[in-house]
Parts: sequence; C-alpha cells; structure tokens
Amino acid sequence: MDSLAAQLQMQYRNYILSLYQQGFLDDQFTELKSLQDDGSPDFVAEVLSLFFDDCVKLVGNMARALDQTGTVDFSQVGASVHQLKDSSSSVGAKRVKGLCITFKELCEAKNYEGCVRCLQQVDIEYKTLKAKLLDMFMFEKQIVQAGGIIPQVDIN
Amino acid sequence: MVCEMETDQIEEMDVEGLSSMWPEDVGTQADNQFNVGDSDTLKEVDIAEKHTMADLTRLPELMNTTDQGSSQLTNLVRQWEYMQDHAVRLLREELKILTRQREEAEAKELKIIEEHNFESQEPENVPVLDETSHLFRRFRQKKRDELVDRERVVIDEEFDTVAYWKQKALSLEKMLEASTERERRLIEKLNESLKTMESHSAPVEELTQNLKRAEGFLHFILQNAPIVMGHQDKDLRYLFIYNKFPSLREQDILGKTDVEIFHGGGVKESEDFKREVLEKGKASKREITFETELFGSKTFLIYVEPVYNKAKEKIGINYMGMEVTDQVRKREKMAKLREDNAVRKAMESELTKTIHITEETMRAKQMLATMSHEIRSPLSGVVGMAEILSTTKLDKEQRQLLNVMISSGDLVLQLINDILDLSKVESGVMKLEATKFRPREVVKHVLQTAAASLKKDLTLEGNIADEVPILVVGDVLRIRQILTNLISNAIKFTHRGKVGIKLQVISQPSFANEEQKETSVWICCDVYDTGIGIPENALPCLFKKYMQASADHARKYGGTGLGLAICKQLVELMGGQLTVTSQVNAGSTFTFILPYKVATSDDHSDDQDEFSDMVDHHQPEPDDTTEGYFQFKPLLGSIYSNGGSVTGNNFLPHKAMLTTPLKLTNGFVSDPSSNTGQSETVQVENGGYMDESRQNCCPESAHQYGNGNGRCSSKESESCSSSQASSEMESELTVSSPREEEKTETEVKETSQPKILLVEDNKINIMVAKSMMKQLGYTMDIANNGVEAINAVKDSSYDLVLMDVCMPVMDGLKATRLIRSYEESGNWEAAIEAGVDIKTSENDQACVPPTNRLPIVAMTANTLAESSEECYANGMDSFISKPVTLQKLKQCLQQYLQ
Repeated sequence: MDSLAAQLQMQYRNYILSLYQQGFLDDQFTELKSLQDDGSPDFVAEVLSLFFDDCVKLVGNMARALDQTGTVDFSQVGASVHQLKDSSSSVGAKRVKGLCITFKELCEAKNYEGCVRCLQQVDIEYKTLKAKLLDMFMFEKQIVQAGGIIPQVDIN
Repeated sequence: MVCEMETDQIEEMDVEGLSSMWPEDVGTQADNQFNVGDSDTLKEVDIAEKHTMADLTRLPELMNTTDQGSSQLTNLVRQWEYMQDHAVRLLREELKILTRQREEAEAKELKIIEEHNFESQEPENVPVLDETSHLFRRFRQKKRDELVDRERVVIDEEFDTVAYWKQKALSLEKMLEASTERERRLIEKLNESLKTMESHSAPVEELTQNLKRAEGFLHFILQNAPIVMGHQDKDLRYLFIYNKFPSLREQDILGKTDVEIFHGGGVKESEDFKREVLEKGKASKREITFETELFGSKTFLIYVEPVYNKAKEKIGINYMGMEVTDQVRKREKMAKLREDNAVRKAMESELTKTIHITEETMRAKQMLATMSHEIRSPLSGVVGMAEILSTTKLDKEQRQLLNVMISSGDLVLQLINDILDLSKVESGVMKLEATKFRPREVVKHVLQTAAASLKKDLTLEGNIADEVPILVVGDVLRIRQILTNLISNAIKFTHRGKVGIKLQVISQPSFANEEQKETSVWICCDVYDTGIGIPENALPCLFKKYMQASADHARKYGGTGLGLAICKQLVELMGGQLTVTSQVNAGSTFTFILPYKVATSDDHSDDQDEFSDMVDHHQPEPDDTTEGYFQFKPLLGSIYSNGGSVTGNNFLPHKAMLTTPLKLTNGFVSDPSSNTGQSETVQVENGGYMDESRQNCCPESAHQYGNGNGRCSSKESESCSSSQASSEMESELTVSSPREEEKTETEVKETSQPKILLVEDNKINIMVAKSMMKQLGYTMDIANNGVEAINAVKDSSYDLVLMDVCMPVMDGLKATRLIRSYEESGNWEAAIEAGVDIKTSENDQACVPPTNRLPIVAMTANTLAESSEECYANGMDSFISKPVTLQKLKQCLQQYLQ
C-alpha cells in the first residue's frame, strides 16, 4: 500500500469519525455501510441519493404547506415531517432526525414561527449533510484511485 | 527648565486627582511659585513660573535655523513692524500739522510786512465813511486774531502817528520773534522725537515682552500638567527642556543625552526610539516605562518629532512626554481583571463540560451495564443448555466438541464481564478470585480455541516446564483472558511460523512484595511469535488504551487496541508484571510473571469437581494433567462442515448479540488481509429452521471448502474436531465468507423460502430493509400501505408481516385490525366495509379461513402516537423500533420464522 493511499485512508477515517463526533451521523449509518457489499457496491450512495431527493421533495412540501396565507394545515406539514424523520432515521442522519423530532412537536403545537424556523434549519442541515457526504464519497473515490481499500471505520 | 511642584494631595486615581509627576519631596522651595503677571490675561493668575532652562546661545541660533523658530520670529517682527508703521504715521501727521502752522506763520509774516509796506508807502486810504473804515479794521483785526492766536497788539499811541507805527512795528516784530521761537522749538521737538524714534527702533524689548507673554500662556496651561518637553540636537543632546526632574540642575541636563543623565530601564529604549524617529524622519508616539533610580517606575507616553532646518536637514528632535503611569496601571489592572474574568469563564465552561461528560459517561456506563446483561443472559442460556446436553449420552467426539463449546462460551461470558470490569480495574473496585486450576489445561485450551479460529498456516504450540505445579491457585479466568488476548494478538500479527506459550517457574522477582514472598510460586509465561514484530519506538505506547504500534497497523489489522491494556492492568492487579521484547520482522515475546499459591495436596482430593466446574467440562485424559507440550495446526478446510450437527436451534437467537463484545477481543475477528481471502462482510445466518438440509449438504461443503489447506486428517482427530467445534462457534459468532452465504442462500432456496411481507411507505426504509433481508438471506414482498398489505395478505400466505405503523391511505394499525378480523371470521367483510377495494381472485382463497395466526410485527418510530400498547391492542405480535437494524431484524426473524 503506497503512502498516498495510506494517507488518504487516515484522512478518511478522521473525516468519518468527525462526522460521527459532530453528530451528523449515528449508528444507523454504520448499519447502512455494513449492508454494502460486493453484490451492491453502490448501496450507500443509492440510498443516500434517494434520501436527498426525498429531502428536497419533503422540504418543498413543508415550505408550500407553511406558505399558505390564512390557516396553515399543520397536519399536512406534520405528515411531511414524519416522512422525513422516518427517512433520516433510516439513513442515520442524526441531526436531521433530531430536528424533525422537534419540528413534529412544533407542528403538533401548531407553532407557526417555530415551524418556519425549524424548516429553515432542516433545509440548512440536510444540505450541509449532503455536502459532507459528497466529500466522503470523493474521499472514497480518491482512495480507490490511489489503489487503497476503503477502510472500515470503527466508530466505537 | 521648569520644575514645578504641586501641592495637591494624592487622591485615588479614579477620582482623577492627579498626583504630581515628580515626587513632592524633591527640589527646593525656592524654585516654586513665581509671580509673573506680565500679561493682561494672566494678571490675576499665579503662575508657578520657573524659567525654562535653555541653552541661550544655541536657542536663538535654533530659532533662526529652524522653520518653527523662524515662523514665530516672523510673526513677532511683523507685529512690531505694524506697530512701528503706526507710530511713524502718527508722527508724520503731527509733522504735517506743524509744517502747515509754520507755513501759515510765514504767510502772516509776509502779510504783515506787506501791510507794513503798504501802510508806510501808500498810507491807508482814509475811509470816506468812518463806519466802513471801522468795519474794515474790525475785519482785519479779526483776521489777525485768527492767525495769531488771539495775540493782540495793543498800541497805546494814537493811530496814524509815527509813534503809533513805530510801536506797532515793534510789537509785530516781537510777535514774529515769538513765532520764530515757537517754530524753532517745534523743529527741535521734531528732531528730538525723531531721535527717540531712532532709539526705539530696536525690537528686542517688544519681542521679549511678546515672548514673555507667550511663555506666560504656556506656563499657565502647562504649570500642572505632567508633561516634559524638550529639544535635543541630532546627537540627542538636550538643548532645551521643560519640566525636568526637580533635582537635576541645568548643567546636569543641557548638552547631555538621556543615557548620560539617567540610568535604568527604559532609558535606552527611549533613546533608541528618538534615534529611530530621527532616522526615519517621521513623528511618532510610543509608551515607554522607565525604571530609574532617580524617579522610580514611571510610564511616559512619548511623542517625538524630527526638526528640520530651512535647508530641510535634520538638526534634532522635539520631544514631549506625558506621564501616564496611573493610566497604564489602571489599564493593566483592567486587562488583568478581564483576563481573570475570561479564565473564570473558561473554567466554568470547562466545569460544565466535565459535568456533561460525567453525565454522559454515567449514561454510557448504564447502557453498557444493560447491554452486558442483555448479552450475558442469553449466553448463559447457551452455556446452560450445552451443559445439560453434556449430561446426555454422547459419543467421544461429540463430548469433545461440547466441552470446547462450553469452555469457549464460558470464556466469552467472562470476557464480556472483564471488558465491563476494565473500568472497575481502573477504579480499583475489581476483585480477584482465587480458584484452583491446572496451568497446563489452561494453556491447552487457550491454544485449542485459538487454533479453532486460525485461518493462517501457523503452528501453535504450548511448552510447560516440568517444575510448573500441576495445580495452582489464582484467578484462572483472568489468566485465561490474558493468555487469550496475547495469543490472539500474536496470531494477528504473525503470518508464518509459529505462535506459542511457554511456562516456567522462576525465582522471586525483585518487584515482589512481602506478602507475595510467602507462599507463592512465580511462574513466567512467555507468549512468543514469529510475526512482524514491534519497532522499538512503538513499545512505550503499546499498553496504552486504544493505541496500536502505529496507525498503519491499526488500519491493516483492525482491533480496538484495548486488549493489551486490559492484559497489563489485569497482570498488575494480580501483582505481576507484563513486559515485551520484540524485534522487527523477527517476532515479539510478551512475558508476564505472576505469583500463584501452590494448591496443597489436601485440596487435591476434591479438586476434580471444582475444577471441572471452573474451567472445563472436559474429563481430562490421564496424561492431560501432566503433559508438557501441545501443538495445534490450522484446519482451514473443514471448519464449516459439521457445524450443523452441534448447533441446536436454541443457539440461534443469541448469536447475533455476541458479535459486539467479540469485536473487542481481537482474536475472534477474522483478519481481512489474511491469505484465505475471506472477508468479514456478512453475519452468518444459518437459519436454524433448516437444520436438516444443512446437515445433508455438509459433507459436500466440507469437500468443497477444503481449499488446499485442509489438514483434517484422521490422525489429528482430537485437535481437528475441537477445532471444528470452535470454528463453528467462531463462524456463528462473527463472520463467514461470502461463499458461505451463497451456500446458505442456495440451501434456502432448496427448502421452502419463508414469505415475508414488508408494509412500508418510505422508499428509503424499503431499500434499507430489503438490503438487510438480502444479507440475512431472505427476499420479501413490498406493500406501500395498509390497503396494499391487505390485498397482498389476501392473495398469498405469508410467514411474517413487517408493518409500518404510520402510513398514508391506511395505517398499519388499521390494516392489522382488518387482517385479524379476517383471521377470525374467514372473510374480508370488515375490510370491504372499511373501504378497501378487495380484488377477488379466481380461486378465491380469501374465503378459506386461515389456519394460523399470521405474525405481524410493527415497526414503530417510538413516538407517543405509535406506542407499543397500541400495537398490541390492534393485534400486532411485537414491534421493532425504528430505525431498523440488522440485529433487530435478525432477532425478529429468528423469533417468528422457526
């Protein structure tokens, strides 16, 4: 294993660890990674792209629902939030999930201001996560190009 | 130079009562309080004037040569010139008046003469009319009066007599004389005035006065200011200074440099600063703290500007210093306060963090305790069952396998405990147990277990010296743990050659304490290998927690780096010492020396039972107790072959849980880089429900997987079979090759593949669940909501339904209720009533009441709306909390698909 690959692997490990430490990801993401094998080499990427598509759609739905003049249908917002919570929990997007839980409560309390604030945060959060994960994939690509194997990162 | 003393009392700095710049007790009273009052505005002001000390010969020169000096001079000169102009103008006017008077006087004289001539030569006509002549005379008289200042000519004689004229001529002459005399005096006066004017022409006096006035102003303003001003030439010698230190005299300062005058801190700095300004030619400010013998510690804000002469050449510097000691002190005090504040804040946040961490740690510990309990209880089930199994009739081989299984199970249990106890060791709470055990047995079993999971072409050997007692007392579980750790560590880093354990009795080591000296026998245990070795620089951190020899190793070989730390702590806890020697590429030897008590022969009689309880259920062969040498070789081919035969169904529900702790014991994690090409991707799922088919195909697979490394010869039956057993356990516990999985899958297809329905609306969840199912060797159908689920259940019979609770169209609770209603009534009427569009299929299975209750497992997000109670109330059998993990899924499948 040449030094470049080794170095990249080191960086990759640190990067992944930082994602966990900063609370972007949780164990479910590890779970997700463990499901990826030779039979489905792009499993994680596929799930994540689905997830982010979902994010765009759901955030859009929430924004539209909250943008109504007059009475806002909080149950409609709540439905989208629930879906997003489900999805984010499945991929281990910890921060998004956490936000969704708060969001859900705010929906139930029909707290319009809170909902709008939460929506903005969710929007920021999932975009941040997306950028981070894209970086992660870039890293993986570089490691493979450098002739290394993508290391398993033990987050414990 | 002025030295001025203030008599103000020194007040608190905050009150802005300034103390004098210079101390009060220096200087002489004579220097103080001069009254000047030489200026209009300053008349009423006492000016503590002490004349500035200046090099008077140089100062005018300076004034003449510098721009600043000359501009002031120009001003003064201009003012003086203006005043002189004014005086000249006044004088001129006076002169003009005088001249005119003279002219008039002359004119009058002339007239008088003319008159005289006229009167004498052609006597005045006698006026015809007296009145007119009288009038004329009067007029003339008046005229004369005007001209000659009311000087009246009084003539006594009768008019127009000779005497009269004579008299008149005489008086007129007198008047003329007087006039001339006056004129002369005036001229004299004029000359005199001119003369005085000349004598006044030198501006010095006036200039001096102006200067004095300016100086007075300066004094007025500066008398109490803590300011020192000065001018120094380009050699930085003082030419002028204002407000010097009182005790210094003129000759002490003028013509000298700072360095020559003062000594102490800051002097050099200020000198350098001045020089710098002089060189750069740019005015500049700096704060300098002086620490001199003369006036102690004082801080000055110093302003220095270069001075140029008219030719734009530098000739020196002007310098002004303001004493800011108090301000600086105040500022420093503030800074210190601020700093203290910041430190306190940081400490506070640190404290909060610590509290937070402590709380987190406690939570984590609690979780760990719960987890350990969760792991331990099923594992004790396994071991218990195995123990029960061992009481049944078994052939020799089966018993062997079972024994290894039990002892390994025990070990796993203990390892879990020990890892959890690591914190106890650290906090000193851990207790050691004293039990009797046979060192040879322990070594043999450790090696046996290691050999079982061995996937490399390595020889494992044990060598026990004859003098090692048969039976000793110690904490066998910990010792086994240490040995297992060291062995698995050795195996991990060794690719060819051998790994072994050597036991020998040694003399009492130097670190032994009094207590240990009494009944102990010291046994030195070497765990050696021919592996990659450890570089010398990595040795110190080898026993630190979570540290490995290098980051590179960590990547390549995996592991937590906890193993050696535990070993070291355990050894030290038992009063021993763990050391290591190593040579790169030649191998390493870990040596631990421990004291044991030798079991007395009295104990020996009953040791058999106790021993077998403690360590092993193996009934030892007679020679096992004394045998001094063991060797094990890897058995790569057959490790999967007979697994099914010893694996009871009971085993399955627990094995998934064992993976977590095993990660921590290095030896049990297969090494992806090893040459067997196996990779640790898949959790094996043997699927207990198909035991028979497995057994059927086992011989085949044994053959199939005997890929050249198989050493499963009948000659080595003992080690082989024990290896098989351990391997089976190993494969159960941790990993299997992809091929193993394929095999399982094909087997699954051969038998009846259980039908699973996943009801879930979230695409991502579906994708993840599908992938997990695939890993576990199952496929499943998908329904996206309750309605679809009902239709799917109607159309085909499922073995298990995984039901999301919260879904659009129809949620999981309702769908479950409807399915249960169908199971009870045998028809879907309730569902139809609820508005589900039941598609009637041709063979109309729906009308046949199902025989079994369909297991429905809810998938809940653990929110209030999806409580487990509600799930049960709606007819669900159990629930999995989201997010679904492989483990949860596996447990669930094991529970319902058997």
